[in-house]
Amino acid sequence: MRRSLTVVPVLGLLAVACGGTDEGSGGDEVTLVTHDSFTVSDAVLDRFTEETGYTVRVLRGGDAGVMVNQAVLSRGNPQGDVLFGIDNTLLTRALDEDVFTPHEAEGLAAVPERFQLDAGEYRVTPVDTGDICVNYDRAWFEERDLEPPATFDDLADPAYRDLLVVQNAATSSPGLGFLLGTVAAYGADGWQDYWQRLADNGVEVVDGWEQAYNERFSGAGDGDRPLVVSYASSPPVGVVYGGEERPEQAPTGVLTDTCFRQIEFAGLLDGAANEEGGRALLDFLISREFQEDMPLQMFVNPVREDAELPEEFTRYGEVVEEPWTVGPELIAAHRDDWVDTWTSVVLG
Amino acid sequence: MRHAAHRAALLAGPLAFFALFFAYPVAAITDRGLRPDGVWQPGRVAEVLADPGVAQVLWFTLWQAAASTVLTLALALPGAYVFARLDFPGRRLLHAFVTVPFVLPTVVIGAAFLGLVGRGGLLDDLWGMRLDSSVWAILLAHAFFNYAVVVRTVGGLWAQLDPRQEEAARVLGASRFAAFRRVTLPALAPSVAAAGLMVYLFTFTSFGVVQILGSPRQATLEVEIYRQTAQLLDLPTAAVLTLVQFAAVGLLLAAHSWIVRRRESALALVDPARTARRPRGAADRALLGGTLAVIALLLVLPLAVLVERSLSGPDGYGLTHYRALAAEDGGTFAVPPLDAIGNSLSYAAVATLIALAVGGLAAAALTRRAGRFTRGFDALLMLPLGTSAVTVGFGFLIALDEPPLDLRSSWILVPLAQALVGVPFVVRVMLPVLRAVDERLREAAAVLGASPLRAWREVDLPLVRRALLVAAGFAFAVSLGEFGATVFIARADRPTLPVAVARLLGRAGELNYGQAMALSTVLMLTCLLTLLLLERLRPARSTELVA
Repeated sequence: MRRSLTVVPVLGLLAVACGGTDEGSGGDEVTLVTHDSFTVSDAVLDRFTEETGYTVRVLRGGDAGVMVNQAVLSRGNPQGDVLFGIDNTLLTRALDEDVFTPHEAEGLAAVPERFQLDAGEYRVTPVDTGDICVNYDRAWFEERDLEPPATFDDLADPAYRDLLVVQNAATSSPGLGFLLGTVAAYGADGWQDYWQRLADNGVEVVDGWEQAYNERFSGAGDGDRPLVVSYASSPPVGVVYGGEERPEQAPTGVLTDTCFRQIEFAGLLDGAANEEGGRALLDFLISREFQEDMPLQMFVNPVREDAELPEEFTRYGEVVEEPWTVGPELIAAHRDDWVDTWTSVVLG
Repeated sequence: MRHAAHRAALLAGPLAFFALFFAYPVAAITDRGLRPDGVWQPGRVAEVLADPGVAQVLWFTLWQAAASTVLTLALALPGAYVFARLDFPGRRLLHAFVTVPFVLPTVVIGAAFLGLVGRGGLLDDLWGMRLDSSVWAILLAHAFFNYAVVVRTVGGLWAQLDPRQEEAARVLGASRFAAFRRVTLPALAPSVAAAGLMVYLFTFTSFGVVQILGSPRQATLEVEIYRQTAQLLDLPTAAVLTLVQFAAVGLLLAAHSWIVRRRESALALVDPARTARRPRGAADRALLGGTLAVIALLLVLPLAVLVERSLSGPDGYGLTHYRALAAEDGGTFAVPPLDAIGNSLSYAAVATLIALAVGGLAAAALTRRAGRFTRGFDALLMLPLGTSAVTVGFGFLIALDEPPLDLRSSWILVPLAQALVGVPFVVRVMLPVLRAVDERLREAAAVLGASPLRAWREVDLPLVRRALLVAAGFAFAVSLGEFGATVFIARADRPTLPVAVARLLGRAGELNYGQAMALSTVLMLTCLLTLLLLERLRPARSTELVA
């Protein structure tokens, strides 16, 4: 036997080890299609299985936009039963394409009206909210005895020249959210001038959140920009994953007047193989149990009014009282030309 | 006639694989774009083509790929010589090491390169130089990724060229350079062309590097197709761009096969172990030194940045992040690193087996001079390299969605998609070697009564075993790096290393960042070990097989 041929058995063994659970979409399994940031505690999923008898299979793929487009492409013959993670910037595209079967989830009464963007039709159920806001590096401003900015207008003030890094609105969802926030603040005809002022004030544009936050932001890495577009929940995340000792105050803060509200929805996919299981899973997504597990898993806010926030959120997070919003239909109608215009204003 | 039947039989497998997992899905998604409601929309095609933005994207794509290829060849060809012909301490380790970049996810490399050439990066500290958002960063990153392609493809053949031929030329009075130009260069030309083509294809369809290191204004066709498909769901535009990319890649492949067709002559291949020697003379030493310097600056430095970041914790250097990797905090977010490594390795193993089977059969079928059809097939197999992953991914989604072939959420889809990219490598690496096998050996075997299969086993296999291993190494590396279409398909949760890294990078918090870097380091080491293992499996030198 020659040694060179041992490579094949070795690979073969690995292949066998790879087993992997294959299809088995039986009646006792419900499949959740979601984006790659979805997470949930195993214990909570197990509870769902105990209560309903359904085991949950999670399929993740790409970001929210990719996921929604997959659902549109496979309409009527979906990859799973329930889709979770479609937000208000993408909602209309999916609703226009009839991707969902209506389901009035149990427990909707505990969810405020303002989150129910498809009220009366029940094609989608709101599950969580998050805010895209400018974050600032507290230490940086303290060292320089400089008051941090507070509003969109401040960001274009020469006192804060060359301090802000944002994401490309064409390729990144926080980038798009921040753009939409400025559209809400300055109106459909005024935001272009505002962005021109931002550009003149040295705003830096990078491709995605990872680069902006990890590489360019001084509050997280070795970057030199103390202002970054991120999430209202980023300070708590930074503390939870910041090391052993919990500080008095999160080292980064949020400019609560610059927030754009994102709402994430779930819906029963049209043509679901396990419709009953899907309905049960939708109900579960807005149950207190799931809603209270969610914040420290995905760092988003629950939609249920009676869900309690974990201490990390109340202590290190900031409450966004009045976020900026833009209606889903308006976003759907203008998103592409807004992004195109933004690109030519900011990137020249 | 028996030959033709024989070839057809060999080609059946690869053809079926290619048709089912590439041609059919891509055709399905393109068709949906061009005929949105079952009606042809020729107007749309003209509209897209007339868009000046598209011309701009195409132009940028073409020239940055050309520049990247030239830079990579310039940096890596001396390396190919050094690894093929010189024997120096640590050679095997280095040879395995240069392939590591090839498998690292671009999101990680982007971070490393920004740490080097970005603001506040190493270059900035030393000389106040910043290359991010400049095309130089893109070119350097491409050279970083593709260095191994050249070293392995060209070096693999170079190591097996008989040095005595060049020596004979020297004895006959040729200068060192003339001997190289007349003897070695013609023999190497096909594999240099093949490597150059590979690099061109890779950089032509570059996605992550351009997105992360380029300015938001710089887009390759691949980036644009991704934007139109995955973000805007503008399938008609995406379909037209896909066809444009096909046309460009097709032209490339045609040009390549035209160049290579007449250049593959029978070479006297010898055991590589005997061709390497200690460096002699100033030229050798300069080449060796130069190669080591290039490797240090281009490959080691960015990777060292990663390792350094993975070790720097809140309180100085230490293994904090590695320990954090081992701790489990429950939930579906956390991927135990061991699981991720296991997933990565097993997917890559299956993908390698598929790629070797399909690519090996195809290469065997294409070995002999053949008609136009066969040559066409050779080029066809390269097409997946020139096709946008998102096109293939979304194609899978709408084409492979019915029993018995509803593979959308099956784990096998991952290695299948990875093998699609691995096959061209296998074919490219195997073909020059297979074609260089002296036909008379096969004829002799046939005359002595060996069946075609037996003749292949007795004659070709012993000679190409090394090439097989090189091919396997490539296929494996490609799969580990998780190129490919499956990223765009929702799949059951068996996260691989690159997926786990991307997840960690997508969250705030120093620990997450550190763990992402630690996991990238683990990926690097895993890859290095795998490749070293393959290097170790050097074929024995005897030419008879113990069946």
